[in-house]
Amino acid sequence: MQKIIGFIALIGIAIGIAWWSMKSQDEAQQADAVSSDPLKVGFVYLTNPGDHGWTYAHEVGRQDLQAHFGDKIETNFVENVAEGPDAARVIRELVEQGNEVIFTTSFGYMDPTLKVSKEFPNVKFHHITGYKRSENMATGNIRFYEGRYVQGVVAGLMTKTNKIGYLGAFPIPEVIQGINAFASGLRSVNKEASISVVWVNSWYDPVKESDAAKVLIAEGADMLAQHTDSPAMLQTAEKAGVKGFGQSSDMHEFAPNAQLFSSVNNWGPYYIQQVQQVMDGSWTTGEGPDHWAGNTWNGLSDDYLVLTEFKNMPADVAAKAAAARDGIASGSLNIFEGPMMDNKGNQILPAGTVLDDGGLWAMNYYLDGVLGDLPN
Amino acid sequence: MYDDLLLTVLLTSVPLILAATGELVVERSGVLNLGVEGMMLMGAVAGFGVTSLSASPYFGMLGGATAGAVTAALFGFFVLGLATNQVATGLALTIFGTGLSGLIGAPLVGQAIDGLPAFIVPVLSDIPVVGVLFSLDVLAYVSIGLVASTSFVLFRTRLGLVIRAVGDNATSAHALGYSVLKVRFYAVIFGGMMAGLSGAYLPLVLTPHWAEGMTAGRGWIALALVVFASWQPWRVVGGAVLFGGVTIMQLAGQARGWSVSPQFLSMLPYLATIIVLVAMSRGGRAERGAPAQLGRIFLPPR
Repeated sequence: MQKIIGFIALIGIAIGIAWWSMKSQDEAQQADAVSSDPLKVGFVYLTNPGDHGWTYAHEVGRQDLQAHFGDKIETNFVENVAEGPDAARVIRELVEQGNEVIFTTSFGYMDPTLKVSKEFPNVKFHHITGYKRSENMATGNIRFYEGRYVQGVVAGLMTKTNKIGYLGAFPIPEVIQGINAFASGLRSVNKEASISVVWVNSWYDPVKESDAAKVLIAEGADMLAQHTDSPAMLQTAEKAGVKGFGQSSDMHEFAPNAQLFSSVNNWGPYYIQQVQQVMDGSWTTGEGPDHWAGNTWNGLSDDYLVLTEFKNMPADVAAKAAAARDGIASGSLNIFEGPMMDNKGNQILPAGTVLDDGGLWAMNYYLDGVLGDLPN
Repeated sequence: MYDDLLLTVLLTSVPLILAATGELVVERSGVLNLGVEGMMLMGAVAGFGVTSLSASPYFGMLGGATAGAVTAALFGFFVLGLATNQVATGLALTIFGTGLSGLIGAPLVGQAIDGLPAFIVPVLSDIPVVGVLFSLDVLAYVSIGLVASTSFVLFRTRLGLVIRAVGDNATSAHALGYSVLKVRFYAVIFGGMMAGLSGAYLPLVLTPHWAEGMTAGRGWIALALVVFASWQPWRVVGGAVLFGGVTIMQLAGQARGWSVSPQFLSMLPYLATIIVLVAMSRGGRAERGAPAQLGRIFLPPR
């Protein structure tokens, strides 16, 4: 028996070595073939594009970037990189493979990216959704909350029960911005409606998202919004005959009758702009490390955030949604404008003032229109 | 309204019941398979893929069970044929299943299917509250049937006696002429089938789409439920419904604006598990019901 095991193990090791050497030969040949001419751009992904959400949107952006510059650049990516110290190893490997521009696409890569950026001053790093910077590390983000305001307007006009269900992943500033922007839009058209927030405590757990949606529908909600990643909520809405909004990517095929519209993250323009600046030599890392918002934080105005077609709603609602979207894009509509009250009756902003970016990242309250208390 | 909540609790419990019942039989035969999560994912992707191709969720069920069984057979080959360490092999199986299901499922991302319809029993389903029990889908009824037959076979038949003997004292069972490895292998296959069915339940009933890693840790909860149920099939049902109930209750509590921290509420199901484990550990080993040779390698002496 043991001889057999030994024999099998030996064959396994032999095959492994053969495969490995062939693979590395392949890679060496590939590296030779492309020569060092094209600019090499590396990406670090949190999950893989199969999530149909966050990473999928980044992959679409990478493909847009590659298509835009053609053979002037070569893009590489590493999937399923855990947030934390090990990410530094992956980033370092990308540098050693010759990537001169590197995008790390999740909040948790912030410190590893910063660390590696100091080791390689000639490589240009971009960290997405963080706030720390260095001489050669810039930050980028999308104003996701802008789409939430438009969702609020549509929900306020469409709801019959005046109960809106909202799935949150974790109570962090980005998600709270979204809830408050939704509330602002909701209350701009409907003073009676209010939002029940349910925290799922996960970015991605289809079954739990679906359970939470069922519970909210059972409690009377007829409009659902989500700040989690799977299409499960919309599928549940479709089955129950209520409406909802998609997240990160277009989820219309999962819920043809239920999806009103989806806010789509469009990273292509950001990647193209940054790489263009590197090529021109005009690339900078912005205003310094202590500024929250990052040097690139665009939304509807620059097509970093795109709303899909307004469907399953009356024409007048769609017209009002389009007006809100265009107002935000042109800057004529301010989402967080005084007088602004939190849901405990305290004034947050006096009349005639507008919340600045610092204020957006310091949100630790629910606006009027959201039920319950914000968890600590 | 309470009907809807109760229905949600029951539906969310079904995959846990299926996977835990399968693992229970595996552990009763003395094998610890930590690869439940991986087998569930294989079942989920196969269930979805077959349904998408054949347009029949019933074929999807079969596909899910088969994929789970095949994955389990691989585990059986290593653990029983090559006598590898069960814990390490089980963990590897989870990683393998997660990766392979993602690879197979890549072209399926973004598709939607028609899942299993609810099978509503006339008259009985009109009874208030209890009626919910008669408006489930086929696989939910089947899962209860499987628990009942598992319980019957394990404790009322000769086959069950052999399975338990192999798990409690493999040497004696071997001396009596039973093929320990064969019994264990079939048990492992049964566990894989059940895990595959459980995984298929997600895309067929709960969320009719495929996404990588969609089980989100339910395989591990099923493993905990087996211990929670002290290796008794009917207690698995109780544990799964309790677990589902606490999960749904915390979501409903938030929707109603109870001012309790959601992190605390999310912790409740796990807290309940720990409390039961502590309560059980006060009893003797017999009361806990752990198979005596759980996780031990058995090499038949020549």
